[in-house]
Amino acid sequence: MGNAIEIFIGSILDHNIALAYILGMCPLLAISTSIKNAKGMGLAVVFVVTLTGMINYPIYLLLQRTGTEWLNLLVFIITIAATVQFLEMFIDKFFPTLYNAFGIFLPLITVNCVVLGVSLFFVTRTYTFVETASFSLGSGIGWMLAIILLAGIREKMVTKSDIPKGLMGKGMAFIVLGILALAIVGFTGLASIN
Amino acid sequence: MNLIRMKYTRWFNISRDGISRNNPIMIAVLGICSALAITNRVENAIAMGLAVTFVIIASSLIVSAIRNFIPTKLRMVTYMVIIASFVIVVQLVLQGFFPDIARQLGPYVGLIITNCIVMGRNEAFAVKNPLKYTFVDGLTNGLGYMWVLVVISAVREVLAFGTLLNYRVMPETWENWIVMTIAPGGFFVLGLLIWIMRSATKNYEEMAI
Repeated sequence: MGNAIEIFIGSILDHNIALAYILGMCPLLAISTSIKNAKGMGLAVVFVVTLTGMINYPIYLLLQRTGTEWLNLLVFIITIAATVQFLEMFIDKFFPTLYNAFGIFLPLITVNCVVLGVSLFFVTRTYTFVETASFSLGSGIGWMLAIILLAGIREKMVTKSDIPKGLMGKGMAFIVLGILALAIVGFTGLASIN
Repeated sequence: MNLIRMKYTRWFNISRDGISRNNPIMIAVLGICSALAITNRVENAIAMGLAVTFVIIASSLIVSAIRNFIPTKLRMVTYMVIIASFVIVVQLVLQGFFPDIARQLGPYVGLIITNCIVMGRNEAFAVKNPLKYTFVDGLTNGLGYMWVLVVISAVREVLAFGTLLNYRVMPETWENWIVMTIAPGGFFVLGLLIWIMRSATKNYEEMAI
């Protein structure tokens, strides 16, 4: 249990999936122009990553039992697509306000590498179920932290800074991300997640 | 004379789009995850570039060949399954023949599936165009991706380890830049590269940030 808590903290801070492993960059750059949207996307990712991590774990055990674990990529991506589709319909039906808040971000998540990345990492690190669950939740929260931090800085920068012409847009976002990633490096050694 | 006429052919335009004018990384900013995560050594970048090029070409060709039979609503899932199958091929080949590179790339080989460039080319080009143009488009987008990866990794490897493709290029007294081996180095190099590229081609972004 102690290990699971360590993994949870480690995956939020010093092994942050966006800033240390550089996953999920496309939505991170595309949706971080306002804090409101960043929050919606972040929540949707936390939700989907936790759910798919926990669903993919028993499926991987089944693949291992039958000796077909080389198929894991194909099976994981289908599970993720199906989960996202199901989740979208479920939320639309039972929680319409929630659907309005992050419904439009859900379909985008299927191709978010964070979701597939988390499933592939628990395979290479041979986690138990509890560890997988805490790693998935931690990674989701870590990604949300990164996108909200980036969105906050970008929102301010639009009005308050004088950026060179060639760096405008994505270029500057990368420089900001680099500085954020340096900040995350400061947490190195806080928790081991292997 | 033939060279001048070349400029107006479709082949030429598709190639130019992929390699420079609409370069998938520099201009469209797609497929960044793998572009940054594995580019601390040039050999990894070349392996990743070749793998992605192969997956783009193969999956676009299949999508283009069956484009008239794919139901519109199910096209995303269809792409996914096709792409995933080819990525599994790449993964098995790497594990079988180049175990060292496979170990260094780790889960990032599997993440080619969610590389937006592959899906992007399928959706934006392959599904509407005949086989021969699709092949050129896949090849040039793959190469456009690869050259950016090689440039980033060359800068990072020289600064981080003092080597280039494992040959020593810096003097023995070179102090390794640790920051270049980890994530921040990748972000800074790509940011600066985009700056240079956009300033050189005067192709500025509209949005302030």
